[in-house]
Amino acid sequence: MSLRDDWRRARAVALKDLTAERRSRAGLNAVTFLGVLVLMLFGFALGPDTEAMREAAVGAIWLAILFSGVLAFNRCYQLELDGGALEPLLLYPGSRWSIFVGKVLANLAFVFLVELIVIPVAMVLFHVVVPGGALAQIAVLVLGTIGFVTLGTFYAAMSSRSRSREVLLPLLLFPMMIPALLASVQASTALLSGDLMREAGAWVRLLIAYDVIFVAASLAAFEFAIEV
Amino acid sequence: MTVSPGEVLGIEGHNGSGKSTLLRILATSIRATNGSVHLFGRDIRQHPDWARGQVALMSFTPGLYDDLTARENLVFAANMLGRGHDGIDGVLERVGLLRESGEKVRTFSSGMQRRLALGRLLLQAPRVLLLDEPYNSFDRAGVALVNEVVREVIAAERGTAVIVLHDRHSAAGLLDRVVTMQQGRFVDATAPTRVVEHAGPSLVMGGAS
Repeated sequence: MSLRDDWRRARAVALKDLTAERRSRAGLNAVTFLGVLVLMLFGFALGPDTEAMREAAVGAIWLAILFSGVLAFNRCYQLELDGGALEPLLLYPGSRWSIFVGKVLANLAFVFLVELIVIPVAMVLFHVVVPGGALAQIAVLVLGTIGFVTLGTFYAAMSSRSRSREVLLPLLLFPMMIPALLASVQASTALLSGDLMREAGAWVRLLIAYDVIFVAASLAAFEFAIEV
Repeated sequence: MTVSPGEVLGIEGHNGSGKSTLLRILATSIRATNGSVHLFGRDIRQHPDWARGQVALMSFTPGLYDDLTARENLVFAANMLGRGHDGIDGVLERVGLLRESGEKVRTFSSGMQRRLALGRLLLQAPRVLLLDEPYNSFDRAGVALVNEVVREVIAAERGTAVIVLHDRHSAAGLLDRVVTMQQGRFVDATAPTRVVEHAGPSLVMGGAS
């Protein structure tokens, strides 16, 4: 099997997941609603202090993405588990990491779509104004999302056979997300304040290293994580 | 236990005797804790990916995607197998689902779902068919279709079929040999019911459990 075959298989898995998700729509509605709800709760907890809200905005956005993302990851193997389709999926000839890549691509598309809805809501609720450097902010968001989705998809595979997977997934994922969360929040906050101390670059480098390490590790370990 | 090319082996046994586990070992879905399985002379533990290209398993559950249509399920299977989409209509017609090809699998009866699972096997064109209680949920026409597909694979690929069943009646005339399993072991083997031309083993199981 060549890389081209693996890519074809990854694309087939991603398209299948996105088609099924588009048909049901329940997932996107629930996940987006949870994201907006988390933001509103943060808003109420912080009170009417506009400055405090603005300072907490980036952290609140990332926590909203984290909570809603976990809900999405929990669903991503449900398609296979509901119809007993996981075994046939794993028995197609070819590398199993291509299945993982397909799942990651589908989850990336899903989480980016949620972010597209949640972030504008957060900007209104928390009175955030991006002073320029929007491209840099998007780059930080993309890097943080890649790490989050890769690790989330991997742990979702690991916990998919467990009866308490809804509880297990955040317990496994959240501690591992601390470096990426910290780097994303610090980089975004620095960029929002104009990056006067030139510290955003260091956090972005940490994010890139995190992504490279966990993408490689997840690809290598997926076969063992998903084994029946 | 050796199964020859062109042979159809039936496996019987009580619930929990290890029949389905054996099929899943043969399909490389799970690893055997003891023993070995050789497929066309190759150890499947050493070459699991190659083995998956030779073997197709139809398990008790059809393993389809409920929110996709019948055609989309087969398109997905064809993409995963690296096959073109040209043969999909033919397969749908063969399993009697061409008219319902645009409907979601969620709306199908269990018999229709199993027909579609059979269609996926046809797309795969394996050399070894592993069928776990394949006659469940099928009407008489469905039973005949299963037997036709088995004969077709045997004839086209000089293949082998291993069928787990509770009732030999549906597979009458198809089985060359029937073995009984008890607590993970073969305990009884009936003589072949029809003559098989042997040309070296296609499947050799050495105490896999």
